[in-house]
Amino acid sequence: MRHKLMWGAALCGAAVLVTATPALAQGVPDITAESVQANLDNVFVLLAAVLVIFMQAGFALVEAGLTRAKSVANIMMKNLMDFCAGAIAFFAVGYAFAFGSGNDFIGSGGWFLGDDAFQYGTLTVPVTFVFQVAFAATAATIVSGAMAERTKFKSYFVYSIFISALIYPIVVHWNWGGGWLAQLDTPFHDFAGSTMVHQVGGVAALMGALVLGPRIGKYGPDGKPRAIPGHNIPFAVLGTFVLLVGWYGFNPGSELAADGAIGGIAVTTTISAATGAICAMLAIWVKAGKPDVAMAANGMLAGLVAITAGCAAVSNVGALIIGAAAGVIVVGSVLLFDRLRVDDPVGAISVHGVCGAFGTLCVGLFATADTDFWKQGLFYGGGADQLVTQAIGVVTVFAFVAITAGALFLGIKRTIGLRVTPEEEMAGLDVEEHGTPGYAPEPAFAMHASVRQPAAQLTGAPTAGR
Amino acid sequence: MLSLITAVVKPHVVEDVKAALQTAGASGMTITEVSGFGRQKGHTETYRGAEYEVSFIPKVRIDVVVEAERADELAHVIMEAARTNTIGDGKIWITDVGRLYRVRTGDTGTEAL
Repeated sequence: MRHKLMWGAALCGAAVLVTATPALAQGVPDITAESVQANLDNVFVLLAAVLVIFMQAGFALVEAGLTRAKSVANIMMKNLMDFCAGAIAFFAVGYAFAFGSGNDFIGSGGWFLGDDAFQYGTLTVPVTFVFQVAFAATAATIVSGAMAERTKFKSYFVYSIFISALIYPIVVHWNWGGGWLAQLDTPFHDFAGSTMVHQVGGVAALMGALVLGPRIGKYGPDGKPRAIPGHNIPFAVLGTFVLLVGWYGFNPGSELAADGAIGGIAVTTTISAATGAICAMLAIWVKAGKPDVAMAANGMLAGLVAITAGCAAVSNVGALIIGAAAGVIVVGSVLLFDRLRVDDPVGAISVHGVCGAFGTLCVGLFATADTDFWKQGLFYGGGADQLVTQAIGVVTVFAFVAITAGALFLGIKRTIGLRVTPEEEMAGLDVEEHGTPGYAPEPAFAMHASVRQPAAQLTGAPTAGR
Repeated sequence: MLSLITAVVKPHVVEDVKAALQTAGASGMTITEVSGFGRQKGHTETYRGAEYEVSFIPKVRIDVVVEAERADELAHVIMEAARTNTIGDGKIWITDVGRLYRVRTGDTGTEAL
């Protein structure tokens, strides 16, 4: 996508729109190949944005399924509100920090989608924004799963404003906004956001989980990790499928045009998702003796995250290898973080952080040929230039997000507090944070006193004076 | 002589009670999810801004059959493990058991424990 993020291209597209619009306004359509293409681009990218926004539903289901029933309303509420807070924060300032002209580090201009708001190529400002805000919301929502079952709701709400207003937009500006990563001798290449979106979310998730500490009962008196099984595997798998579907907007949509490349991108995405799930299943089967469902679902997401950077640059065989490796890596990573006392109930750090970094590096290994946007990878005889650039991006984004998100969570901890009381954590967050459990108690048990009404009303008999 | 210790406790202390009873030498236990109220008469929760009464609060009932002479000791073990010093920590009572059989072997009395 943003491999084409050059101002020349943007101006070119603007010119197309300017020539196309007056004809339509007169009611006599002056249809040209360019105007049809421009409209097609806008339609495709807007639909892709809607698919990416639907990924919010996938995240909500995966996270709810892999955590306990007593905090299910809380995790749904976090997913609902990080999208809303993130959308407003990104609309207000995030979009300007990410894509405004500014300097090499941070953008400026187009606040509240006002004058100078960025538009890409043939896309209009609204379509460009809706697509980008969907990505910002994805980065933000990754964190809620890793911090599940023990975070104060209001503290999470504050976090979600900051990541969408500041942390994510700054990282995006470095590459997709034309900042310093895009200006290296060999420019950094992250087609749809293995690093820009997923590694940012994954590293923020790591910092959140570290500052919070593990859930009560996650580690036994001997210090060994204990399983806290999720309460609804159907939710987790359904959510994974929703995410898979959404990824067809995430990756092909990042072409930012309705052109011949989108089909191939959909193929590499499919292959990597499938091999990721299969290889994660095999890895946990070998390790633990059973094909674990939740781990296989994590594997599909790992394959998707890993192919996201290189989905336009690698071959189908490359996608096969990347997905397979990501499936094995995610299993090892989940088990490793468990041992390191980093309690990540849904595997977000491993799926998005670790596999995001891995997928980004893979561009430097598996890119098949030199293009304007990336150099041939090491495995295809192109040398290490692209790999070195990819590593620079991965390391600097890790450092920047670790420091800023770490400071943010520590700041929240010192001020309004980050973690609920042990009593609330044991009882579940739903009632204390939100007033009512996610799965309501049976009315006969819980509510008969308050629903007692005049008999006439209950039987539907007519009552005078109403 | 055998006694049945019945404890109604907060759900989240069950693992602690189980560990404490095992350490103290109880050979088994049965738990049931139950609902009830005590002196506090339940509490209110809110849904879409409206309050509603939760008269019966979820608890876990633990049943343990033990030798009668150990009943008070084990009741105290449960009490220590279940105590959070907050409202709703629950109740424990002890009843005499007439006869006990072990299903697989037909053992009776303390042999059946």
